[in-house]
Amino acid sequence: MRDKELIVKVCSGTGSVSAGGAEVLQAFENLGSSYGIETGFKNGCRTQKVGCRGFCSRDVLVDVILDGEKITYEGIKPDMVPRIFEEHIIQGRPVLEWVAGDEHKKFHSGQTKVVLSLCGEIDPEELDAYVAAGGYETSLKAYTQLSPEEIIEGIKRSNLRGRGGAGFPAGHKWEFARKTRSDKKYVICNGNESDPGAFADRCIMEGDPHSIIEGMMICARAIGADKGYIYVRDSYALAVKRLRRALEQCYEQGLLGKNLFDSGLDLDIRLYPAPGAFICGEATALLKVIEGKRAMPVPRMHRTAEKGLWERPTIVNNAETLANVPRIMSRGAEWFAGLGTETSGGTKVFSLTGKVKNTGLVEIPLGMTLREIIHDIGGGISNGKSFKAVQLGGPTGGCIPESFLDHQVDYESLALAGTIMGSGGMVVFDQDTCMVDTSKFFLEITQAESCGKCTPCRIGIRRMYEILDRITKGKGRLWDIELLEELGTHIRTTSLCGFGMTAPNPVLSTIRHFRDEYAVHIKDKKCPALVCKDLLSFSCIQENCTGCGMCKKVCPADAIRGIRKKPHKIDQQLCIKCGSCIDACKFGAIHIE
Amino acid sequence: MVSLNIDGKQLSVDKSCTIMDAASKLGITVPNLCHNPDLSTFGGCRLCLVEVEGNPRPLAACATLVQEGMQVKSSTPYLERLRSTNVELLLSDHPNDCMLCERAGNCKLQELAYYYGIRENRFEGTRRTYDKQDNNPFVSREMEKCVMCGQCVRICEEIQGARAIDFSYKGLWTKVTPPFEKDLDCEFCGQCVGVCPTGALTGKMWSNKGRQKFREVDTVCSYCGCGCNLTLAVKKNQIVRVYSRKNTINEGMLCAKGRFAYEFVHSPDRLSRPLIRVNPKSNWVLEDTHDSGGPGKQVQRSPALQDFKEVSWDEALEYIAFKIREIKESSGPDAIGGLSSARCTNEENYLFQKFIRAVIGTNNIDHCARY
Repeated sequence: MRDKELIVKVCSGTGSVSAGGAEVLQAFENLGSSYGIETGFKNGCRTQKVGCRGFCSRDVLVDVILDGEKITYEGIKPDMVPRIFEEHIIQGRPVLEWVAGDEHKKFHSGQTKVVLSLCGEIDPEELDAYVAAGGYETSLKAYTQLSPEEIIEGIKRSNLRGRGGAGFPAGHKWEFARKTRSDKKYVICNGNESDPGAFADRCIMEGDPHSIIEGMMICARAIGADKGYIYVRDSYALAVKRLRRALEQCYEQGLLGKNLFDSGLDLDIRLYPAPGAFICGEATALLKVIEGKRAMPVPRMHRTAEKGLWERPTIVNNAETLANVPRIMSRGAEWFAGLGTETSGGTKVFSLTGKVKNTGLVEIPLGMTLREIIHDIGGGISNGKSFKAVQLGGPTGGCIPESFLDHQVDYESLALAGTIMGSGGMVVFDQDTCMVDTSKFFLEITQAESCGKCTPCRIGIRRMYEILDRITKGKGRLWDIELLEELGTHIRTTSLCGFGMTAPNPVLSTIRHFRDEYAVHIKDKKCPALVCKDLLSFSCIQENCTGCGMCKKVCPADAIRGIRKKPHKIDQQLCIKCGSCIDACKFGAIHIE
Repeated sequence: MVSLNIDGKQLSVDKSCTIMDAASKLGITVPNLCHNPDLSTFGGCRLCLVEVEGNPRPLAACATLVQEGMQVKSSTPYLERLRSTNVELLLSDHPNDCMLCERAGNCKLQELAYYYGIRENRFEGTRRTYDKQDNNPFVSREMEKCVMCGQCVRICEEIQGARAIDFSYKGLWTKVTPPFEKDLDCEFCGQCVGVCPTGALTGKMWSNKGRQKFREVDTVCSYCGCGCNLTLAVKKNQIVRVYSRKNTINEGMLCAKGRFAYEFVHSPDRLSRPLIRVNPKSNWVLEDTHDSGGPGKQVQRSPALQDFKEVSWDEALEYIAFKIREIKESSGPDAIGGLSSARCTNEENYLFQKFIRAVIGTNNIDHCARY
């Protein structure tokens, strides 16, 4: 056994930590020392914490690599560790019932890992692990062999577009900053990741922080910046911790600071823990925050690449965009461009959530269809229900129905379908979802997150929310759909920043694709998906009711009347539509409509 | 220079101009609430939207720089509809109590509502309501009427340098407040009151004193040597409000004294004729009776009218000249000193020091702000 090598990799992203990843790691370490494994294997038992590998619905994921042979376990709890140790590591027989199955294979086989290629493979807290995987080679090349123009040319040829949502070509942006003369230039990594439900940037920052720093180094070299900020949402505690550690390691090793790679160039990168409101991720608001002001977007009279932070040329790129840069530099612009479509190169990370079997982080080459993502990678709709819609791009994105599933995912096609790429949120809805209620849910977020600067966004979104609220409560007026459309288009046209321009998307897209559902809510005062409580009525089917009295017992409002062994009745005046009776009834005697 | 075309009229302007600047040169008014040429660009009200050929979206005239060959339309039925909808949205979150509002008749929002003929509102909904909390004697804040133009915040920071207020909260409940929503406690220059386009910020001193039909009297502030131009709004020979016009040397800006401290004009205590003291100061003695037992402590009382005699200006000046000459002859010119005032103009101060040095013959001359 002495010549055998053993490595145990335990997923340690935020999702995994909350599923007990730290305890699992501890259990492996403890057992390792109590079994005296150090002497048993070459280099001892190496347990590593690695970044998120995306398949968060099956956390905690553990890789046991015994002599180069990798077995992945899923759903591991600390009490399962001794058996894995006993059977697999000591006796060499993997515990088959816990090994990740077909879903795991399906989930990963459809993906193309570029940005996430090291997430889940290396220890994010060790610089050596990143360097061993080829890290900081491209930045060395950028500082010692390539001219800034060559770097920018490469990024332009790669067709890399901003992953923050708007999709502005990164190479062009860099070129603007390069060409603007200034005594000082800045490069900023936007890691605010505003959209609730999106966690791609978080995963990269937690799982592979050095790739972001390297991307910033290359960007700084290309535009001539000597100062950088990593602007990361303060509530991403683990990301803040790992980025801070990564920066410390870089300074210790001389990768940052004065005279990088003996090139005579300096670069200072600071971590800026951001307040983290939704609007703090908007580029101009972000610059205001770093300047110490309230996060309010300002009109773009100049490009931020020409006049940004403190009026100096500033590149603000999303964390995912920057993490792509070292890969483009090492594997070539043509390879990256070839991964995507004609207009946008590379891959995009989506946070696949909602009613799909496999939720988690998926990285797909641009140009893949939504159907492939949802049905192949995501494994289809959970609980055997049918697909209704998918919402892309966070709370300001639109909902797309079945008929658009064969459209490919790129910036232009998504815009045509009425949604945006955003920061890569992808929420799947099944047949039980009410689209009116869903858009109300998203507007409830956006109306509260508007910065309050411009009139259409501050008041308009609130008014749209109020109209939707009225419709879901059965108080909709016949002209409300047209009013929503007019107001939504108005907000989209007249708002100051990208937030207001996209915030009406959930409503406008659902009206476009599910107009009937709105009409039924308003005219018939019914919710076809049985979601909007105020439009439901509960009744007892007399033929099915056995008069067992279970429903009566659980009803919190005492709304159910009846004599034992005789059919019961529900008092509509008292019923609060909580649904307890349905759960309690064993005979299917409660009817909702 | 950049040449462009607005509403069919051709003009050339500097490349640092916005469309709004260029339009105003042509005498074209683009509706707005938040634009103020003295302050930084805000772009919040979204009323100044104009159509620029080649742009799919309308652009904010106040926040778009001119470009060579630009074809701008400042008013089309489409633009007017967008503007009208924005005014309608503003009104849906406004108390609409023009009947009682201090600014009725002089309110930009009221004017826009009138212009767009908005009576019915399609967007009725939640309206902000706040408790009043101001205890200061100068500025009345009714934040329900605020249209979030940000002019008060900007003038406070950019011109006054006081930074006493800023935006707080988010969404519909965004509100301009002092730090931590405490009561306003600033230098009370009232600049914010001066720029507020609605009735959100008004002067407490002129509340309920009338809104229209004033006689406007242009004058110069008597408080300091800056000589700010004031305009007094006068009703029944009483000053009810003070403001300043834009085209003055002070560009419409005023400080707390110029704007709010005008009540002295009508004060019954105000001296209107010279007084000569007849009862010497050594006689102004009061017995302090608060100490029990023993002789009371002697304290000085404040001057009363019977200690003085009202005289004419000639008589007063003659008396001063007589006294100065007497002191100069008996004790020499260095026994005399002159102290001048910042309320006087430069010319007056120059003359005064000349008088003390050349006529009296001493260098004992100073000024409350030092010469």
